[in-house]
Amino acid sequence: MNMVPTKPEPAMQAQTLPTIELQGLEKWYGAFQALKNVDLTVQSSEKIVICGPSGSGKSTLIRCINQLEEIQGGTIRVNGKALTNDPKSVRAVRREIGMVFQQFNLFPHMTILENCVLGPIKVGGVPRAEAEEVAHEYLKRVRIPEQANKYPAQLSGGQQQRVAIARALCMRPKVMLFDEPTSALDPEMVNEVLDTMIDLASDGMTMICVTHEMGFARKVADRVIFMDHGEIIEENDPEQFFEAPRHERTRGFLGQIA
Amino acid sequence: MYQFNFEPVFAAFDTLLIGAWFTIQMSCMAMLLGLAVSIFGAVGKTSGVRLLNVLVDIYVEIIRNTPFLVQIYFIFFGLPALGIRMSPNQAALLALTVNFGAYGTEIIRAGINSINRGQIEAAQAIGLSWLQVLRYVVIKPALRAVYPALTSQFIFLMLGSSVVSAISATDLTAAGNDLNSLTFASFEVYLVTTAIYLMMSIAFSIAFSVIGRTWFAYPVNR
Ligand SMILES: Nc1ncnc2c1ncn2[C@@H]1O[C@H](COP(=O)(O)OP(=O)(O)OP(=O)(O)O)[C@@H](O)[C@H]1O
Ligand SMILES: [Mg+2]
Repeated sequence: MNMVPTKPEPAMQAQTLPTIELQGLEKWYGAFQALKNVDLTVQSSEKIVICGPSGSGKSTLIRCINQLEEIQGGTIRVNGKALTNDPKSVRAVRREIGMVFQQFNLFPHMTILENCVLGPIKVGGVPRAEAEEVAHEYLKRVRIPEQANKYPAQLSGGQQQRVAIARALCMRPKVMLFDEPTSALDPEMVNEVLDTMIDLASDGMTMICVTHEMGFARKVADRVIFMDHGEIIEENDPEQFFEAPRHERTRGFLGQIA
Repeated sequence: MYQFNFEPVFAAFDTLLIGAWFTIQMSCMAMLLGLAVSIFGAVGKTSGVRLLNVLVDIYVEIIRNTPFLVQIYFIFFGLPALGIRMSPNQAALLALTVNFGAYGTEIIRAGINSINRGQIEAAQAIGLSWLQVLRYVVIKPALRAVYPALTSQFIFLMLGSSVVSAISATDLTAAGNDLNSLTFASFEVYLVTTAIYLMMSIAFSIAFSVIGRTWFAYPVNR
């Protein structure tokens, strides 16, 4: 309860470039427009929660940020630099951005430790010994240090998702993206993952989380964003968002998930 | 009635064993080389590069729709017209490699396609390049998924390699043929030859299952 992260002062934000800046983002799947003129600015160590009905474009939005999806219009800036399609710069951007998926997506043929050191060694050029040290440190932080030599299939869903978080953190990203990290979990495992995310938030990580865990949103989010039909409908601090939603559609949605 | 006489066969058993050893070596080499060809082919096929895709398709379709014996003849008797001359054993190895590569390409392609898209995205999200994704994340689970198909294709390769005796490569079948024309004990010679092939198949099956259990030891699902 008393773990509420400190929110950055507005004065501090103005000095630094936004970590993520989306301007007029347009995404089409063939003739279907999945994102319509989306603008979003995320400052360093801000926590954003995105919610909205199924198919509203939440996953598409965060997948565009680390270029798992190509965009058809608008610009994405990460730390002030506009993204391009050049494979080298795509990879450079992805190194700065950690991503956690709904389905964990751990590599089944590697141990937990190997999952965690693959990126640092092969992408970051970190020596193995150092990478393993860092990995152990993060595994400790997600509270599964003793599972390092097991394989993903030997872990519970909640443990796997925490490993996925540790694996992303091992790249020392500037921002973490979460796409419904708890919705594939059995209910009793949801909290262990949310607690890990709350820890991360209180360490000052910049986070963009697609989630319908409203308790988490209230506790951690600086801003909550509601999307519908590929648009950002409403954006507000959690208090206002939940207590006094401005839009009819937001109210309808909150009524449904409550 | 025909009198069975295994004596001359067993007297010359070592020539059969030498032939068998050659078959084993040649098959293993062709498998390793063919496996490399298969992986390249399958990667080319799944790369999304149109030209590669078409080239691999052409290769696979030509090999899979023509008789192996004709492929061997083409390499051994045909290629010298282009100035490419090989010994019978070299030609046999090349033919087996090319042949295995085509079937293996299709098998491994199926394995790569069986890999969950999320695996690839997670690897990309860490910043791995396309080749790194294939090498570290895709290939091993893909091979595991098609390992049984791959091993039975190898057994086919080894048994099919008897065809190389047609260009007088020095394999087990050729050794059997030689012994047969020396002894005229056709029944005995080919019975023993058959038994040796059978034992080699069984031995390889056992070896493959041991290799499979060692290399693919990781658990899946829950
Ligand atoms: N690869 C694709 N090809 C075509 N349409 C797609 C593709 N991916 C997503 N879409 C469509 O884009 C829209 C937005 O999808 P997205 O996955 O971003 O929704 P979401 O808000 O994450 O939904 P959910 O809550 O179900 O995860 C949906 O209508 C979906 O059908
Ligand atoms: Mg989604």
